[in-house]
Amino acid sequence: MLAAILSLGCIGMVAAIALGIAAKKFAVEVDPRELAAMEVLPGINCGACGFPGCAGYAKALVTGKAEPNLCPPGGAELMTKLARILGVEAIVMARQTAVVLCQGDNRKAQLKFRYLGLEDCNAAQRIAGGPKACPGGCLGLASCQRACPFDAIEMTADGLAVISREKCTGCRKCVAVCPRDVIRMTPYESSVHVMCNSHDKGAAVRKYCQVGCIGCHICHKTVPEAYKLEDFLATVVYEQDAQAFEAIPKCPTKCIRDFNEGYPEGSTFLPINNDKSDAA
Amino acid sequence: MKLRTFKGGIHPPDNKHWTSHKAIEDCPLPDELVVPLSQHIGAPSVACVEVGQHVAKGQEIGSAKGFVSVPVHASTSGEVVAIENRPHPFGTPLPAVVIKPDGEDSWSSNLQFTDPGSLTSDELIEKVRQAGVVGMGGAAFPAHVKMSPPPEKPIHTLLFNGVECEPYLTSDHRMMLEESERVLQGVALLQYVYGAERVVIGIEANKPDAIALLKKQCADAAVEILPLQVKYPQGAEKQLIFAATGREVPSGGLPMDVGVAVHNVSTAAAVTDAVMLGRPLIERVCTVTGPAIKEPKNLRIRIGMSLSHLVEVCGGLVEEPGKIILGGPMMGFTQVGLDVPVIRGSSGLLLLREEDIANSPEGPCIRCARCVQACPMNLMPTTIAAYARRDLVEETEEYCAMDCIECGSCSYVCPASIPLVQLIRHGKAAVLAKKRNALL
Repeated sequence: MLAAILSLGCIGMVAAIALGIAAKKFAVEVDPRELAAMEVLPGINCGACGFPGCAGYAKALVTGKAEPNLCPPGGAELMTKLARILGVEAIVMARQTAVVLCQGDNRKAQLKFRYLGLEDCNAAQRIAGGPKACPGGCLGLASCQRACPFDAIEMTADGLAVISREKCTGCRKCVAVCPRDVIRMTPYESSVHVMCNSHDKGAAVRKYCQVGCIGCHICHKTVPEAYKLEDFLATVVYEQDAQAFEAIPKCPTKCIRDFNEGYPEGSTFLPINNDKSDAA
Repeated sequence: MKLRTFKGGIHPPDNKHWTSHKAIEDCPLPDELVVPLSQHIGAPSVACVEVGQHVAKGQEIGSAKGFVSVPVHASTSGEVVAIENRPHPFGTPLPAVVIKPDGEDSWSSNLQFTDPGSLTSDELIEKVRQAGVVGMGGAAFPAHVKMSPPPEKPIHTLLFNGVECEPYLTSDHRMMLEESERVLQGVALLQYVYGAERVVIGIEANKPDAIALLKKQCADAAVEILPLQVKYPQGAEKQLIFAATGREVPSGGLPMDVGVAVHNVSTAAAVTDAVMLGRPLIERVCTVTGPAIKEPKNLRIRIGMSLSHLVEVCGGLVEEPGKIILGGPMMGFTQVGLDVPVIRGSSGLLLLREEDIANSPEGPCIRCARCVQACPMNLMPTTIAAYARRDLVEETEEYCAMDCIECGSCSYVCPASIPLVQLIRHGKAAVLAKKRNALL
């Protein structure tokens, strides 16, 4: 009995000493700033910064390979925190949000054919360029919704992706997965968007979509600095869009939408900035 | 004697009785021919004629761009009325030369008869390239590329594919019956090019008349007629090679890696025309069939005829088709409408009614492994599909998704109606995209 206790005790002692020495000798030096950065990073490993996960970004930060303003999900608050940890000046990136520039759901936009394949936009796009007659419109097969790590995208009953401005952190995962480039990153402050992604001529757009941009220039004539037209498609000039909302009632196809007034038809998301009208 | 075949495969109803007894008919010329400049695997051709120009039948209207590319020719004489993007069987509108036939249908005077005996094999290959001959089984791979294997990979066995395992299609069958001489002449020419010791024509046993005829005609020639078990996809290149030679093409390899070259019997006939008469590939036999068509036929069609013209020649539609497929039901391309033209790879036009389309909802995988048994490439379709569905690209590749020949046997047998081959195709595209990105 005594022998057993002693021998086991000795083995334990030796092993403990060996482990202790090994721990000291092979200790991996971790920059305390890296640990601190890991503490504040969101930890969702979305990859928006371009590094493999939050740990990868933390490492890149302390080795000076990355700027502290590359984490869109963390927002301005995180960027200042990271800058403080690293001891550098904070250059805060403006908050961006993803918008699906399309309102042509299955009731408003025509289909070229009935698609019976996989529930995946990329698979559908490979078959004759997708079932939607419009070459730029949302296919509505929810690839972006599945890619979103923040549950910020919903599909309406008529097959249109809608992104919540509040839940979207700007990680761009949906932008990467969309085969039709219909999702765009826009400044969070800009709530007015031209909801169309078709560069076809007006007559062609009218044939396949009730709510597409026909390139009529009316918005540009109303607020010249806030809209530009390229290849029969109007887009908002986001740097100077303060008065962009003035063109909304003039648009003949109701293609311009102010997200502060409401989300596209069928969406359950509610605009948060309703206080604008209260203040006025 | 037990017939030779490969492992796996399926037995779909072959539905060849609609047209297998019907002789090939010449399809009358329509008012307009739309000849796409992209009809083959490889770089599209570039238009070399102008709008308003008069072209003769067989005149080159699109010149080849690069080695893996072939020229395109006018299918009849007439005036070029437009060179623009037109609907294409691949789905999106692609550049095409639109010809208004002048009704004369006169051959270009540049074409001449040549004695093949006076040609070296390189000259012969050049003639085939100039004639725009591509694989006519459906994939339309330029024949001259296949005919020029690197010297370190000699071809000892030359295989001809008269299997036609796709249900409904009978164009190769009729070719072998009615134009066996053209086919056999092409076989001899190709044998000369490759210098192959063994020449085999593989035919599925459901075409006994073709087997008997070719056997009779080849009695004294060194061409072996090999009847094969009736099974889909017996006509797939690698499956045919295994059945005929017992050799397996290595993963990611080509038939020439095992010393074999495979050509379709219709391609052999096109080679005959190209070499002996200098005539380019401007027509082919196409089976117009299916329950939605009034009078199914085997038609000799010109490249560029619209599907609606073919339907008209076959007596019109019984009812609005639920599905239009260019090619066979297993591997053909579903079409959006009837306004697309036929191209060199179009072996058939299949029109199905709404009620013929099985569209049952997808269920969960019950791990029955029927897809594994059916897979002619010995893959695990259910596993690859599961990975592909979740966009796990590395795992998809690891399970050899790239070896999938997309024959659709797995989807056909799946009792849960899982779109297996569709998922695998999706996965393959993801693997290719990843490889492309790695190169950039």
